Formats: sequence, structure tokens, C-alpha cells
Amino acid sequence: MKVKQISIFLENKKGHLLEVVDALGKAGVNIRALSIADTSEFGILRIIVPDPDSAKKALKKGGFTFNENDVIAVGVSDRPGGLAAALKILSENDINVEYLYAFVTKSEERAVVVLKTDDLDKSIKALKKSGISILQPKEVYSL
Amino acid sequence: MIWDREAECMPEKQRQQLQLDRLKAIVSYAYENVPFYRKRFKDKKIKPEDINSLSDITKLPFTEKADLREGYPFGMFAVPRKEIIEIHTSSGTTGKPVVTGYTRRDIELWSQVMARALSMAGATSDDIIQNCYGYGLFTGGLGVHYGGQKIGATVVPISAGQTKRQIQIMTDFGTTILTSTPSYALYLAEAVNEEGLSRKVKLKAGVFGAEMWTERMRDELEKRFNLHALNIYGLTEIIGPGVAQECLEKTGLHIAEDYFYPEIISPETLEPLPEGQSGELVLTTLTREGMPMIRFRTKDITSLTRGVCKCGRTLVKMSRITGRSDDMIKIRGVIVFPSQIERALLEVKGVEPHYQIIITRPHHLDEIEVQVEVSQKMFSDEVKRLEEIRKKIEDKVESAIGLRVKVTLVEPKSIPRSEGKAKRVIDNRKL
Repeated sequence: MKVKQISIFLENKKGHLLEVVDALGKAGVNIRALSIADTSEFGILRIIVPDPDSAKKALKKGGFTFNENDVIAVGVSDRPGGLAAALKILSENDINVEYLYAFVTKSEERAVVVLKTDDLDKSIKALKKSGISILQPKEVYSL
Repeated sequence: MIWDREAECMPEKQRQQLQLDRLKAIVSYAYENVPFYRKRFKDKKIKPEDINSLSDITKLPFTEKADLREGYPFGMFAVPRKEIIEIHTSSGTTGKPVVTGYTRRDIELWSQVMARALSMAGATSDDIIQNCYGYGLFTGGLGVHYGGQKIGATVVPISAGQTKRQIQIMTDFGTTILTSTPSYALYLAEAVNEEGLSRKVKLKAGVFGAEMWTERMRDELEKRFNLHALNIYGLTEIIGPGVAQECLEKTGLHIAEDYFYPEIISPETLEPLPEGQSGELVLTTLTREGMPMIRFRTKDITSLTRGVCKCGRTLVKMSRITGRSDDMIKIRGVIVFPSQIERALLEVKGVEPHYQIIITRPHHLDEIEVQVEVSQKMFSDEVKRLEEIRKKIEDKVESAIGLRVKVTLVEPKSIPRSEGKAKRVIDNRKL
């Protein structure tokens, strides 16, 4: 149910994002989803890739600081209010969202929201119970 | 275990007399046999006869590392080269290495002080000492070796590295005393734990030195290895390890002051400081034949405490080294050592001591930025966590040095690493 996400530390310096993306590209890693959190001094690049292990290998070789953690991918209908429905359930269950990012898929009429909350297992249970679709890792990696 | 009870527990008055006799002898010996000292003494218009009390030592000129480099390779020797039976050198990270030569009696002296040091850690002829200090030009390996053999312990001369083999020997032989750098010991502890062999380790004490370490590391080592983690101090110029060693009380390192006379001076004024005050350690070898050292400036910052230790020894105790006087920086009038910042960093979980201190003076006021490399261990996918760590480092540094600093997180390896020692301080102030 949980999807592997890789986060990479980015110093706020010219060309650093390029270096990371370049290293991944050269290792044949295709990025499925991506977001950047930035502060005035540093940023965190978060990515979802089909093959996390080869991505980690490439990052290690490049000397980047990174880690791997779990997130959940929720499918919401691609219409106004779609995201609100999912967030409402989390809020009702007293779950805090640490961060999220979304992308619209090519083929289907839905958007995928990548979520990190303070309790992933509880989130999955609550969302499922309310009939919101949670994507399998395989589905996300092959989007 | 007290190796040389008479010397180590000697009443203070009696020892002072011994020190004075030896001081007078070594000063005339150096004057007569080393042209460098004769010239220095003459420049200061000092004669060996001017030394009539221990406090007269302050009349003598200092000796510095640069002087030893100038005399490279054998210029500081007080005996013909053929009487030197062993030579060691310091690492020489900056310029020429420092050479030290030992006569047969110097090696005997070294063995004695190292036998004392290992005995302070509880070593007897029943013990197996696994010596992970490097053998070779570095004094660590052979220093422990001579001391261990003097005691009659079983010395395993393994040097550092080959962790698997270290662990195998440690568990199969039943090593009881480990001698290594504290960082390597921590590394070994982790490896032992990973292999699930912690229960097979029989270590009772570790003699750790050759690099700066902290009380936190002591706690960590004692917890992981279930041993007494003790501090050893020494330097190539004086003899190597064995200048000072902690006893099981762990309240400071007993200096072998009957052989190495300690003073604490202000690194700024070069004047002696009262007992208990922190300053630069200056050492005079009282009996070295091959290469006597008169008032050698160690650049190490420590303080001295006198009195009878609970262990029974009367040898003066020095505190753990807290910094290097040549690293000393003055920020807003406050003296700061990079090592203080380093220790503060190490107090934050997951933070590695890869840092750089940048000092600027943008508006007539000094500002300090500490750049800290983000290690894999401290990194998080959440901005909040990284900000928390950043703030925590700022707080720790502030409580260590009394100044607010700005901490910036940077990518690993963005702080340049020169051969061996990293450049810790970049002073961009235009004064």
C-alpha cells in the first residue's frame, strides 16, 4: 500500500538540482513524480521512481545526501472538491498532513496525490474505509 | 594497579625537590650539548646557573614545533647519532615532519611511563592488550608495545584496520585491554554489535587517545563495550604516548611530572597562569637524553589540578584537552576554539563533525556562520525536522561558546578537505 519515496538534500546553490537530476538520468532512472520543498537556505527534492534501488545507487555514487521513506498515493477524481474529500477524512480522524503533492495522470480522469502524514497506517485505514482509492506501488511506478 | 608507587605517590615537597634537581641537570645538559639551546639561552642572557628554583623555569625561552622543523632532521639531538637507537616522526601535515630520537635510556623511560599508563587502566601481566595504534613512525603503536611488554602483559600488535580480524582476535583471544583511537573503538563497537558478538567481548578497559574526544564518546564506549574508557595523552616531541594517563577515577590525566614538567601559560601573554586556570600546556622533559625539550609549547589547551587523587597518586592531573591554542579565534572579544563548536555538534544526534566556521564583520560586529554538512543520519524528508536540527545545533553552540551563531546546512563534501586536517575556520573579517 505504501509507496517508496526518495528525498534528496539540496543546498541552495546554482546547478545543484541539475546535478541530481542529471545523475538520475544517466543511471536510466525515470522520475514519475517530483516535488521540491524549499526554505531560504536549502531544499528537499522528493521523487517517486519505478526502481528506487537503482536511484539510490546512483545517488550514493554521486555523493548526495538522501533517504528513502514511505508515502501513500491516493487517487482522487479530477474535478473540483476531489482533494477536499480526502483531506476531510484525514482531518476527521485527527491525522496531520506533513506535506503533499499532486500530479494528473495521462490516461485516466483522476489525479494522484502523494501524501505524507504523521500516521501512515491510520491514514490508509481511514481513507480506505471511506472508499477513497489508494494506489498500489506498482500502479504508481508505472504511471 | 600502581606501577611505580614510590614515584607516583611521592609527597609533593619531595617530588618538587626531585624535579628541581632534574631541571637543573637537564638545562645544563641541553645548554652543553645542543647548539640550538645554547644560542637561545645566550640570546636571553640566561645561564644554566640561573635556575635555582622551579619557578625560575619561566626565565627560559620556549621551544616550538617550528624550531624542531628548522633543526630537521637531527639538529635537536643532544647525543651523537650513533647513540640514537630509534627514531619516530610526527605526521608532518604541514611541512617537514618533526623528528625525535631515543637513546636506549629514553626507550627505557618511555617503557616506564607507558607501563604506568597501562597500569592506571588496570593492566597486569594477566592481561591481553590488543594494540590498534599504528606501528611505524607514529609513536602510538610502539609506545603501547613497550609499556605492555614492560608490565609483562600479552601484546597483540595488530595496528588499526582489518575490522573482521580485530573482532575475531578480540573474541577468540579474549582481549581484556583495547588501545586505539576513540573513533576507531566506536567503529569496532558498532561492528561487534552488528555481528552479534557483544557478549563474547571480555574487554575491561580501553586506553584511548591520539585525537580529541568527548565525555559523550566516553559514555558511548563504556555502554557499548562495558569497559572503562580512559584518556591517554602524549606527543612525539616529548616522547609519544605516556606523558599523561587517566586512572579509573576518570577525573583527569595524571602527568608523569617527575619526567615531564608541566606549566600552563596564557597563549596570548605567554605568562604562567594560576593553578586551575585553563591555558596552553608547556612541557619540559626532565630526563630525556636523546632530545631534551625545554619549555615545549604543546599548543594544547588544558588546566592542572593538584592534590592527592582517590587512587592514591599525587601526580598532578590535567583536564581533557579542550582545544588548540593555534586554532584560537577571538570573536566579539570572546575566545572561541573550533573544538568547542565541534563538541557541541557532536552532542546533536546524527551530526558528524564536518563543519566550517566562517567569520565576517558586516556592520562593525562579528558574525559567525557555522556550515554543517548534512549527514545521511540526520537528513529527513521533512523540512520541519531539518529546521529542528539546525535550531538545536545553534542552541548547543550558543551554550558552548556563549555567542549566537547562524547554522547553515550544506551538502556533504562541500566543505573542502585538505590532506589530513580540514580547514575549520575562514576569517573574512577585514580588520
